[in-house]
Amino acid sequence: MPNVMIRKNETGALLFYVAKKDMEETIASVEQDSAERWGGEVALTDGSRWYIDPISPPPNFPTTLRFRRVDD
Amino acid sequence: MSTMTLEETKALIQEVLEAYPDKARKDRAKHLAANDQSVEQSKKCIISNRKSQPGVMTIRGCAYAGSKGVVWGPIKDMVHISHGPVGCGAYSRAGRRNYYTGHTGVNTFGTMNFTSDFQEKDIVFGGDKKLEKLIDEIEQLFPLVKGVSVQSECPIGLIGDDIEAVAKKKTKEHGKPVVPVRCEGFRGVSQSLGHHIANDAIRDHVLGNRDDDEGFETSPYDVAIIGDYNIGGDAWSSRILLEEMGLRVVAQWSGDGTLPEMELTPKVKLNLIHCYRSMNYISRYMEERYGIPWMEYNFFGPTKIAESLRKIAAFFDETIQANAERVIAKYRTEYEAVIAKYRPRLEGKKVMLYVGGLRPRHVIGAYEDLGMEVVGTGYEFAHNDDYDRTIQEMGNATLLYDDVTGYEFEAFVKRVKPDLIGSGIKEKYIFQKMGVPFRQMHSWDYSGPYHGYDGFAIFARDMDMTVNNPCWNSMQAPWLKPTAVETEAIAASA
Repeated sequence: MPNVMIRKNETGALLFYVAKKDMEETIASVEQDSAERWGGEVALTDGSRWYIDPISPPPNFPTTLRFRRVDD
Repeated sequence: MSTMTLEETKALIQEVLEAYPDKARKDRAKHLAANDQSVEQSKKCIISNRKSQPGVMTIRGCAYAGSKGVVWGPIKDMVHISHGPVGCGAYSRAGRRNYYTGHTGVNTFGTMNFTSDFQEKDIVFGGDKKLEKLIDEIEQLFPLVKGVSVQSECPIGLIGDDIEAVAKKKTKEHGKPVVPVRCEGFRGVSQSLGHHIANDAIRDHVLGNRDDDEGFETSPYDVAIIGDYNIGGDAWSSRILLEEMGLRVVAQWSGDGTLPEMELTPKVKLNLIHCYRSMNYISRYMEERYGIPWMEYNFFGPTKIAESLRKIAAFFDETIQANAERVIAKYRTEYEAVIAKYRPRLEGKKVMLYVGGLRPRHVIGAYEDLGMEVVGTGYEFAHNDDYDRTIQEMGNATLLYDDVTGYEFEAFVKRVKPDLIGSGIKEKYIFQKMGVPFRQMHSWDYSGPYHGYDGFAIFARDMDMTVNNPCWNSMQAPWLKPTAVETEAIAASA
């Protein structure tokens, strides 16, 4: 369960940054992304998938959250 | 590489790898690549930030080098104790050439070396008492010191000294920050982890110091320069450009930086980061904690400077944006004259780089402004995100080499035959003896600054001075040179 810092890049897309893993990826899709809730399954552009319990109300970015790897 | 196709580059890499035993070859193959701009994620073509192979000549440094040399060392109004045996501090003392203002030994301590000089008995009985005494002595001898940082050398971690406890005690006693930094040299694979550890120490011990203090008058144009590099005065030739734009540079780390400047950084509106590799951690932290946006900029060569100034101005209002254009226009005649003078002498020359941090990608623009072509580049201690940023800057089919070994670098140079190599002191004499022009790109070969418009003029002059030096025609001893008769004979037989 790594600590992940989520921040917006210049174009407004969300970046998924794991300092320990030295990994910076763009988030392709978020399962729940509305005015009330943010979270669920998160897919990255490199194909990996991560999970976080939906947060309500949506967090302000940038922020550090704990994600879990989705095993398939 | 204009002269090499993708296949040729790949074949060259294979050829160079042949020399290794199977296991080493398999590992090294992951670190060498031919650049392909269509690849978006560097991890698909190159692996970085891995442990070096035992037995090869790596050019990397250690975590202590990353913390003491890069992040903490240049903070001039603090004393940085090299805690451990005397060598680490003594051999690295004042080698970085980060210029600073102030009176050394009175209110600034940049070129001085402070060490706890560990002996056998300190290793056996622990060195905490010695450290306490040392901090007291510093306080007594240098009352104007603003703070102390304890830079651990390898033995501190091995014997398990509790430098944090000493630091806490002495902070309370002297009322000045004493920062323990756990940057023992054996940590991590290169100096990169040292940067990270040092950044974390800044986060824990410095940044929050003025959180409840609203006494500092802010302006909407406050910026901080982070990771300014500052060799031979780089920080100042960058700073004046920002100030001419109408921005207020509140803090400048770590070259010519001070502890109060670092403490004020959380009050700025924008963090400008030059050395991404060593300072991105703290910028990310400030973005999250204080909501300060950060951006990378590049002040090497007029094309990149103009690009960066416009990008920086875009964060502010129209006055600043207009000012940015004015600054670019102001220096236009100056840099156009530099290009007009040196470009004809340097046009088409090939350059190979192997440096650390930000330069393997940042200086490409400056070389291109002079009509030179970078045909190979590599980092000592980069991570994937650095290569992500490099792939776009480099031409197709150029060489990328991560943590290159002495053998590989030599083999590449023999085949690619660049007109100039930019790397560090450890590589300098090998290549000069091979007859290849060489510039140190760590210390600017005792020249500088290279940043900003002023720096570009010096950069162009230095490159010309090196590449077109008449000494490269005298590599052969006069009595070994073919005589005129022999030359004619060779020409006739050919």
